Amino acid sequence: MADPVSQASSRWRDLDKLLLRPGNLVGPNFDPGTELRDDLQEYAKVLVVGAGGLGCELLKDLALMGFRNLEVIDMDRIEVSNLNRQFLFRLQDVGKPKAEVAAHRVMERVSGVDIVPHFCRIQDKDLEFYNKFNIIALGLDSIEARSYINDVACSFLEYDAEDNPCEETIKPMVDGGTEGFKGHARVIMPGVTPCFECTIWLFPPQVKFPLCTLAETPRTAAHCIEYAHLIKWDEVHGGKPFDADDPEHMQWVYSEAVKRAELFGIPGVTYSLTQGVVKNIIPAIASTNAIISAACALETLKIATSCSKTLSNYLSYNGLEGLHTKVTEFVRDKDCPVCGPGVLLELDTTTTLQKFIELLEEYPKLHMSKASVTYRGENLYMQAPPVLEEMTRSNLTVPLFDLMGKIPKGIVHISGTATKNDKKTSCTRKLRVLFKVIDGDTDMDTATGS
Amino acid sequence: MAEPKTKYDRQLRIWGEQGQAALENASICLLNCGPTGSETLKNLVLGGIGSITVIDGSKVEVADLGNNFMVDESSIGQSKAKCVCAFLQELNDAVKAKFVEESPEALIETNPSFFSQFTLVIATQLVETSMLKLDRICRQSNVMLIFARSYGLTGFVRISLKEHDVIESKPDHFLDDLRLNDPWPELQRFAESIDLNATDPVIHKHTPYVVILVKMAEEWANKHGGCLPSTREEKKEFKDLLKSRMIDIDEENYKEAIEASFKVSTPRGISSRLRQIIEDSSAEVDSSSSDFWVMVAAVKDFIVNEGGGEAPLEGSIPDMTSLTEYYVNLQKIYQAKAEADFLAVESRVRNILKRIGRDQDAIPRTTIKTFCKNARKLTVCRYRLIEDEFNSPVLPELQKYLTDEDYSVAIGFYILLRAVDRFATNYNRFPGMFDGEMDEDISRLKTIAVGILNDLGFNGSTLTEDLTNEMCRFGGAELHAVAAFTGGIASQEVIKLITKQFVPMSGTFIFNGVDHKSQLLLL
Ligand SMILES: [Zn+2]
Repeated sequence: MADPVSQASSRWRDLDKLLLRPGNLVGPNFDPGTELRDDLQEYAKVLVVGAGGLGCELLKDLALMGFRNLEVIDMDRIEVSNLNRQFLFRLQDVGKPKAEVAAHRVMERVSGVDIVPHFCRIQDKDLEFYNKFNIIALGLDSIEARSYINDVACSFLEYDAEDNPCEETIKPMVDGGTEGFKGHARVIMPGVTPCFECTIWLFPPQVKFPLCTLAETPRTAAHCIEYAHLIKWDEVHGGKPFDADDPEHMQWVYSEAVKRAELFGIPGVTYSLTQGVVKNIIPAIASTNAIISAACALETLKIATSCSKTLSNYLSYNGLEGLHTKVTEFVRDKDCPVCGPGVLLELDTTTTLQKFIELLEEYPKLHMSKASVTYRGENLYMQAPPVLEEMTRSNLTVPLFDLMGKIPKGIVHISGTATKNDKKTSCTRKLRVLFKVIDGDTDMDTATGS
Repeated sequence: MAEPKTKYDRQLRIWGEQGQAALENASICLLNCGPTGSETLKNLVLGGIGSITVIDGSKVEVADLGNNFMVDESSIGQSKAKCVCAFLQELNDAVKAKFVEESPEALIETNPSFFSQFTLVIATQLVETSMLKLDRICRQSNVMLIFARSYGLTGFVRISLKEHDVIESKPDHFLDDLRLNDPWPELQRFAESIDLNATDPVIHKHTPYVVILVKMAEEWANKHGGCLPSTREEKKEFKDLLKSRMIDIDEENYKEAIEASFKVSTPRGISSRLRQIIEDSSAEVDSSSSDFWVMVAAVKDFIVNEGGGEAPLEGSIPDMTSLTEYYVNLQKIYQAKAEADFLAVESRVRNILKRIGRDQDAIPRTTIKTFCKNARKLTVCRYRLIEDEFNSPVLPELQKYLTDEDYSVAIGFYILLRAVDRFATNYNRFPGMFDGEMDEDISRLKTIAVGILNDLGFNGSTLTEDLTNEMCRFGGAELHAVAAFTGGIASQEVIKLITKQFVPMSGTFIFNGVDHKSQLLLL
């Protein structure tokens, strides 16, 4: 057997071709050499958000593309229906946290890689947690979760006096998504390429059936199922919440849907369809997840090393009819409230923190309630947990101007609940606060400004 | 073992139980189990493929640990086929996993009949000479074949088989089959039974748009000498006419009618897609014809006879604003017509089978029914032998790829991927494998690639220096992410071929890992 030193160097024989050799089709500032490979392994920290179909693939792909410092966050536990694609999980793992099992399995097979699992909601982590990563890779299936991570990553972005993004504050994201035989992979460089919010129209809100159709003129099996789920359940169970993960609840909805379908002569209600409609199940297969994750992992390596050009900026894949891949260069929304220079808020120097938090609720572009406020990483006021709330409560009566060290303008981060399309979502925003000059102490400013 | 229905739930929603059964009955052979091959099989094993046979003659080396998830430290020095097979088995105990420790090249050379036992062969990382031989072997024994290759930041996937017919192509967007341009008597009668001027607002706003359009089209035709709206102005006028009948601006059914009004003006008769199939020479059937072509022949006869120029009716209608009763009745009318069309086609199928000397009941009713329901969406895929493509590519396409900016990288990689194999034949290694010979290798590779282009009658100036350099930089590396990508594509195509659902890719997929502007080349 070979000695350990030559083992280490020959293990990355294939990857080294890309990292150790100069090339003509590479990214800016590409500096090939063993140092690049060593730095990648030592310093590059990547967070994988989601340990599902995409997340499992991403962890494996990144570990085999030379990354050694990975963390993964997922709040879910393993279910039987995951096993057709989430290849890091076995039948005996059902019920265990996905993040923990996924991290363990990859570390078991790829020596040298370190993966820290986080079995919690993405909202449970503070900004500092997210800020320590060089790149965030997203393997999610919900728009809300993507929006949240996008908010977080964009909140680190700072602009210079000319409104150009400061390079060292850019937190790159690589995002993948799949549905059946279709998927997308994209690279988001906040401030440079469009963020998730800039192109939110790519994800149109899900159409819901009008309640009057369900109640009065059902025509399809899905209408009968939604009637049982949304109307009949409450009528009969008054107040008891419906739990989609409780098989008895699902069975009840199914049999009610069958009854209704028989009444109206509507065919097609099955147990499987009932589950599909009620849980809004998106079909998923191993191959599409593999394709999309591979594209994301490759782009992650390129961002970290510049070893090749990058995807600019959105790749779509469709394998339904033949095979179609397409790269689209979407453009940024210059007025994007998330990745732009920030919503500008003009305040009096006397405005208290309490008053400021109240203002956020009515402010047109924000509508944020229950906001927590941080300034330069310091908590000015935290709504939760209770300990922090108590510690920061006394700040509420202090003018924000004073809390920010009496500077004329600055950036604060707020996080709270915003209402979008009648839905409450947690979000994080960056605010540019400008204090209005008051006679007397700022005469000079006014004079020189004109 | 978990209940397979729950385990496979997310994929059963795509290809159904029939598709799943086809996968579970398939036996797959993999040649070479580097990352490209291993990742391809992984996706199929997870989905519950019937059996796999992994063929690889090499032992696991340290470098394999850097790109293949299916081997680990303890595998070093052992048969790669054995280690990969063991890991794959761990993923799904329902799969029968076997391995053969032998070099695929040797097997192709010495035991060509070995391959005829499989449903499909996945050949990864083969060089040109072996590819061409295997292609001929599989073509002769009617075994489906798919090639996948990962090479640095490029690679390709190519299907090779004589013909693949798809009944359930399940396209994403396909115009529904409502026949609003040519309603049959029962549909017309049903429309007549409903009064569009109903004074009851509930009925008025719950009259399905199909009825609205059938009636309004008739009204239009009566005023226009029997013609339906055809010019842009007429179509606009027709929409205005529909709008004028609304008694409330919120009537969803009228909005749907306006949106669907173009369906009244679509030309009658079958699409060019279906016409091409019924005019194919295979539709002249004899005793050696497949069931697919027997059914095509029956549908062809149906179209010119009972169908009056139309294909059998699909029979399903989209959801639309309507009273439940109207909608259910409308559904029944469409289903009844579809059933009648199916019976007509079925009797033609039976007659044809008898005429060509086969058992009249050789094709089950359910198959004929599915065929009729999908008649408008039938797809026939044919693939050239690789050797034919290499020796005589479709010149106008090649010309286009060489001059069109969008294709320049893809066609460059296509030529260079062939060139590295010739390089390997000459030098017994891939270009750029050793740092010391980089410059010589670049000019050698360039000479070979220009030679390939010259042989096809093109000059080599289209091949950029950047790309040739890049190809040498790759030095034959098999990167995990690239392997996972090409392997993912290959497994996706295998699923389509085996389930006989969805349309498999045509041509050669050239992966471009530089900027992801990958292309399909139809040569
Ligand atoms: Zn944005």
